[in-house]
Amino acid sequence: MANAATASQPVLELTGIGKEFGAIRALHGVDMHVHPGEVVGLMGDNGAGKSTLVKIIAGNFRPSHGEIRFAGSAVHFNRPVDARAVGIEVVYQDLALADNLTAAANVFLGRELKRKFGPLALLDHKAMAARALELFGELRSETRPDDLVKQMSGGQRQAVAIARTRLSNAKLVMMDEPTAAISVRQVEQVLSLIHRLKEQGVAVMLISHRMPDVFAVCDRVVVMRRGEKRADKPIHETSPEEVTALITGAKEAA
Amino acid sequence: MAMPMESPITFTNVGKAKWWQRGIFASQTGYVLLALAVLLVIMHFASPYFFTEGNMQNVAKNFSFIAIATLGVTFVIITGGIDLSVGSMMCFSAMITSMVMTELSTPGSPAGSLFVHMAADGKTVVANVPGLILLVSLLAGLGVALIAGLVNGFCIAVLGLSPFVTTLGMLSIVRGLGYVVSNGRGSFPGGPDADYFYALTSGDVLGVPVPFIYLVILALAMAVVLHHTSFGRHVFALGGNEKAAELTGIPVVRVKIEVYVICALAAGLQGIIISGWLGSAPANMATSYELNVIAAAVIGGANLAGGIGGPLGAIVGCVLLEVIRNGLVLAQVSSYWQQTLVGVIIILAVLVDRIRSRMS
Repeated sequence: MANAATASQPVLELTGIGKEFGAIRALHGVDMHVHPGEVVGLMGDNGAGKSTLVKIIAGNFRPSHGEIRFAGSAVHFNRPVDARAVGIEVVYQDLALADNLTAAANVFLGRELKRKFGPLALLDHKAMAARALELFGELRSETRPDDLVKQMSGGQRQAVAIARTRLSNAKLVMMDEPTAAISVRQVEQVLSLIHRLKEQGVAVMLISHRMPDVFAVCDRVVVMRRGEKRADKPIHETSPEEVTALITGAKEAA
Repeated sequence: MAMPMESPITFTNVGKAKWWQRGIFASQTGYVLLALAVLLVIMHFASPYFFTEGNMQNVAKNFSFIAIATLGVTFVIITGGIDLSVGSMMCFSAMITSMVMTELSTPGSPAGSLFVHMAADGKTVVANVPGLILLVSLLAGLGVALIAGLVNGFCIAVLGLSPFVTTLGMLSIVRGLGYVVSNGRGSFPGGPDADYFYALTSGDVLGVPVPFIYLVILALAMAVVLHHTSFGRHVFALGGNEKAAELTGIPVVRVKIEVYVICALAAGLQGIIISGWLGSAPANMATSYELNVIAAAVIGGANLAGGIGGPLGAIVGCVLLEVIRNGLVLAQVSSYWQQTLVGVIIILAVLVDRIRSRMS
C-alpha cells in the first residue's frame, strides 16, 4: 500500500512550512506529503503545532515561510473558502454547526441547493433533505434531516459535520479530533467512514489523541513536537509505545 | 461520487418530537400568540367598543405604525445584532422626504424649476408627469436611510465595532442631522403631490388602512426571504454560530451590511408613513420609538442572543402592545400605566420561554 501510494503524485505537498505569531515560533520547517487514498495520522501534544498546521492547510492562516502544493500546483489560500474551492474539506473539532438550524441546513450551509422560480432562486428544501438523509445513511447515523442540531447527541452532530465534507468532490479531508466526544459505536462508524473515503481515493488527515484510532485506520503517522516534525513513518514500522515516546519527547526523533 | 446506500436509516433509538413540541408550537411566538388571543377575548367582554369596526381599524393602523420598522429590526436581531437608530431614522427619512417635496414644489427654487412653474394666474403648475415629485422625494427619504444603514453595516461588519455602540452613535448622529437640516422646526409635505402622498400613507382601501396593507405585503416577503432563500438561511446561521458561518464560506460581512441596510430602509419607510398620518415631520418625531420597536420584536419571540425570530413574531409583538394600549384606554385606566405594563410583559414573555426550555 505504502509503495503504491508513493508511486502516485502527492495530493498535498508541504515544503519548509513555518509560522510565527509575533515572537512565538509555532511551526518550523515542516515538510510533508499526502498521497491520494492515504490516511495520515497527525499526532502531538497540546501546543505541538498540529492545529496551526491544519489551519494553514485549511486556509485559516497564511504560512510565514514555505510552500504549499496541492494536486501538483502551488496554492495560496487567503480564506477557508479558497481551500475548499480546490478540494480541501475540514471537520473542525467544535464542528462549526449552527445550533438553531436543522441537520440538512447545516450540511448545505453556504452551498444551498436552489430552484429557479422566474427571477427568484428559492431553497430546494426537499432535495437538500433527501441528499442529507442519503449521506446520514452512508454514515449509518440515525439522524433526521429536519431535526434541529440543538437537540442532537454528540455523535449525530459529528455525523452532520462529516456529511458536510461528502457534498463536494474533496481530494483531502482533514478531521480534527473526530472521535473525541462520541460513543464507542459511533467511533466505529467514523473509522469505517474514513476507510470508505480511502477506498474512493480521498486522502485523509486524522488529527487525534486516541492512539487506538490512529493505529486502526492510518497508513502513516506523523508526529509533531515543539513546532517541528519529529517522525513520519509507515504505521507498520512503528508502535504505540514509540509514538508516545516521540510525543512526550522521551525519544527525540525517528 | 455518490456512494450507494448500504442501508436505509432505521430509527431505533432516536425518537421524533411530537407535532406540538416542534415549530411554532414550541416557540415563544406561539405562546405570545396564545396570550394575545386570550387578551382579545377578555377585551371583548371588558368593553363593547373593542370589536367595533372603527376600533379595529384604529388598532390595525396604530400597530402598523411600528410594525414595519419591527420587521426590519427583527432581521438585525436574528443575526445577533441590534439597531438602536431606528427611531431617529424614521424621523430623518420623513423629514428629508417632506423637505424635498416642498423644495421641488416651490417655483423659482433651483431644483423646483425643473418640476414646477408658475402659471399666469399665480398658481403652481406641475411641469411634467404628476407624481414625479413624490417619487423623487420618496427616493430621497429612503436614500438617506440607505446611507445610514450602509454606514452602520460598514462600522459593524468591516471595522468590527459593537452593534450597540455603533447604532447608539447613529441614533444621535441622525437625530442631530434632523435638527440641523430643519433648524429644529420640522417640515411639512407640501406642493401639488401632497394629496398623493397622503393617499399613499394614511388612506385606506375598502376600509383597510394602507399602512396595514404594506405591512402584510412586507411581512409575507420577509417570510419568503427568511425561510426560502439562501440569504435568509445565512441570516439565521450568522445568529446561531458566527464562526461556523464564516468557516462554511458564508459571506458574513456582506450579509451583516445587508441586514443593517434592510433595517434602516424599513425604519425610513415607517417614518415616511407616520409623517403622512401626522401631516408633518416634526424634529422630535418618533423619539425613543426604537425601544417600542425592539420591545415588540422581543415580546414576539426574537432572541437578542441571535438565531431566532420572524415576521409573525414581530407582528404579534406589535399587536400585543397596541391591544394593551387600546384596552387600557377603553377600560379608562390611566394611560400612564401603559409603559409599566409593557415592561412587565417583556419580562414575562422572556420568562415563560425560559421556563419552557428548562422543562423540555
